[in-house]
Amino acid sequence: MYQPPHTAANDAVVADAAPLLRMSGIHKRFAGVHALKGVSFSIGYGEVHALVGENGAGKSTLMKILSGAYTADEGDIFFAGERIARPSPQHMIDLGISVIYQELSLAAHLSVAENIFLGRLPTTTLGMVDWKRAQEDAAAVLERLGFVLDPAARIDSLSVAQRQMVEIARALSHRAKILVLDEPSAVLGDTELEKLFEVIERLSKEGMSFIYISHRLNEVFEIADQVTVMRDGAVIGTDAIGHVDTNRLIRMMVGRELADLYPKRVHKLGPVALQVNAMNRKGILHDISLSVRQGEILGICGLAGAGRTEVLRAIMAADPVDSGSIAYFGKPLSLGSPRQAIRLGVGLLPEDRKHQGLFLHHTVGFNITIARLKELTRSWLIGLKEEAGVVREYVQKLNVRPPLPDTKIRNLSGGNQQKCVLAKYLNAHCKILLVDEPTRGVDVGAKREIYQLLATLADEEGVAIVMVSSELPEILGLSDRVMVMRQGCITAELPREQASEETIMRYAT
Amino acid sequence: MNAATKELQAVKQSPYLNLFKGYGLVWALFLLCLVAALTSSHFLQTANLVNVIRQVALSGIVGVGLTFVILTAGIDISVGAVVGVVVVVGATLLNMGLPFWAVILLGALLGACFGMLNGIGITFGKVPPFIMTLGMMVMARGLAFTLSNGQPVALSDEVADAVSWLGNGNLLAIPVPVWIFAAVCAIAFVLLRYTPYGRAIYAVGSNPEAARLSGINVRFIIFSVYLISGLLAGITGLIFISRLTVGEPTAGTGMELEAITIAVIGGTSLFGGEGGIVGTIIGAAILVVLANFMNLMGVSPFSQQIVKGAIIICAVLFEMRKKK
Repeated sequence: MYQPPHTAANDAVVADAAPLLRMSGIHKRFAGVHALKGVSFSIGYGEVHALVGENGAGKSTLMKILSGAYTADEGDIFFAGERIARPSPQHMIDLGISVIYQELSLAAHLSVAENIFLGRLPTTTLGMVDWKRAQEDAAAVLERLGFVLDPAARIDSLSVAQRQMVEIARALSHRAKILVLDEPSAVLGDTELEKLFEVIERLSKEGMSFIYISHRLNEVFEIADQVTVMRDGAVIGTDAIGHVDTNRLIRMMVGRELADLYPKRVHKLGPVALQVNAMNRKGILHDISLSVRQGEILGICGLAGAGRTEVLRAIMAADPVDSGSIAYFGKPLSLGSPRQAIRLGVGLLPEDRKHQGLFLHHTVGFNITIARLKELTRSWLIGLKEEAGVVREYVQKLNVRPPLPDTKIRNLSGGNQQKCVLAKYLNAHCKILLVDEPTRGVDVGAKREIYQLLATLADEEGVAIVMVSSELPEILGLSDRVMVMRQGCITAELPREQASEETIMRYAT
Repeated sequence: MNAATKELQAVKQSPYLNLFKGYGLVWALFLLCLVAALTSSHFLQTANLVNVIRQVALSGIVGVGLTFVILTAGIDISVGAVVGVVVVVGATLLNMGLPFWAVILLGALLGACFGMLNGIGITFGKVPPFIMTLGMMVMARGLAFTLSNGQPVALSDEVADAVSWLGNGNLLAIPVPVWIFAAVCAIAFVLLRYTPYGRAIYAVGSNPEAARLSGINVRFIIFSVYLISGLLAGITGLIFISRLTVGEPTAGTGMELEAITIAVIGGTSLFGGEGGIVGTIIGAAILVVLANFMNLMGVSPFSQQIVKGAIIICAVLFEMRKKK
């Protein structure tokens, strides 16, 4: 996947044209925090420009200034050579700058066509909505993108990937010249991502520019022409994609050498901790059998919709199963709720921490201890001092930054939030840990810490870990064994030595 | 400034904001009392103040119940009707000769039963709280009218005297309802702040799915808060019998709205996960002092209603702006 996507057309466009967009000397301060320090950024016609950096580097802030959501304190934005005096969101959209955020902004109950033309539905001479024309125009836009979607379909009946296509179609119908994609792969599976990349390549050849923000460097290498690295509110460097490699990018992002992203594993395996036999769930899982030993990391991969998350949820008793048995530490049990699973020592680090893992209203301390308060309770009351001690211990052990237990967890970066969710299950003394996309939305520095944590848990504490991930490097870097799923079935189970990205993809598709 | 220090800075502001939230309310109450004291000579008179705190207790007990419910992002609009049913049933039982202590037990139990029905409908039936408690409100009010044949159930003089202590009596110069309110608040405060059960309530209100995956019995938590709300409505109904000396089937009308107002002014978010008892107490005080002040100024009850309505809108408006 590390192939530079150079085409002659792209090279020529990038080399010759004056920049379509130039942001120069942008400063932005928030209540004493200097979020952007004299940032300069430019992008040419038909260029795919990746913007990378750790959480807090300033990428989102820069894009919000570009979209007009924020106003820069200092600095200018030049579009097609002209300085923009008053960048308001509407003005920027009219100019042709569209941003597609991770949290898609679609009206779920309305149709595809209505969303594409939200606020600007075509009208008849009488002033009524011209539905026929809306459908036709929507179909035209979709066709131009090569998307197969029914313009009358309701948004809430579409998959996340399809919804993202609607967002892109909407941007296109606004005659977007620059499209900013903020972590698009966070919600897409691999085939959908490939399709998205096809669209990006095609549209960029037609002259549309893209700013692609992502944590996944392999995607950056696949799709981008240029890459800009930001760190701590400043641009560290901009270069053509062919001139850099992963190590150089990571070094620029993190500011230090990251010797090994994946820790060395000691393969010390104990007795079988988890045994799943012939688990079935109608329409979702077919005849799933697996086993994991203490100290082992089993990686589960496959495309979105393959059923990987569902396997974990079934083990955690979060979803019911139709048939099959699960034995925990040798005992076959039919658990009725996640509560029972946690009591047994099973924990599930959910895929979507915002909606399934975190209590955003509350503090770091609250989030860490919530799964196991009974231990800290003496005669019905929580021992606050002991609780504080436990929280401090985990904050230190997992290097949660900032190390202030009374901080509201929503103020932490994605990586630190993930560490807190992990701490919650560690605090509950989980001996079988199910992790679903453990480093989604997590910056490189925290990724490394999480990998180290998982490895230590397995190697030193004999925890059995089942890891679901869409990032193949992660699966290959950490697992002892790899399991591939497709459409609810297990298509392969391989020891690490026999697994490679190609082999896995073959079994996954 | 590196990323870590930046984070620290951004984050250090929040504890202070919380403190202000609490103190801001207290200032509002203080200012209100000040204005009332300055504009009316009657406000600071003992009799008036005793009246005020008794009224705070009467509104506040149900307010505490609603706080529990709203913390889980639910709502209970049946409390007023439950008060009405308990009033009618209690008065009827008293007239039948049942001793007051038995009526107290049964009244509380009846309130709790309504609460449990709400709880079951919401957790197992998956009926949205608003609809479930709305249905219960209409049914309970209907039941009150049915049981009383639409007429107030008058208590005989001896019975009225025997029960008068609950609503009108004083213990150490402080009205009995205030003692009850204090006890309810103390228990509720400890429960919410210092027990795993209380934490679980905040967790469920903040993120029910995460709570479930963290091992919390979400169904039980939600069921229990409606039980509490019903129970406290029942207790309030008993106090009402004592004060009214008549089993009015219309007793408690509008109480649910007042209780919600109190909780929301007090900082409990309708979206769940945030708020607490202290805020509810201050919210009750603000509402009651305001009503008292308007009474002393001779403002008609209808105009007072306009003001009350405006307050709840402003309280939520303020909360929304803070969220930004």
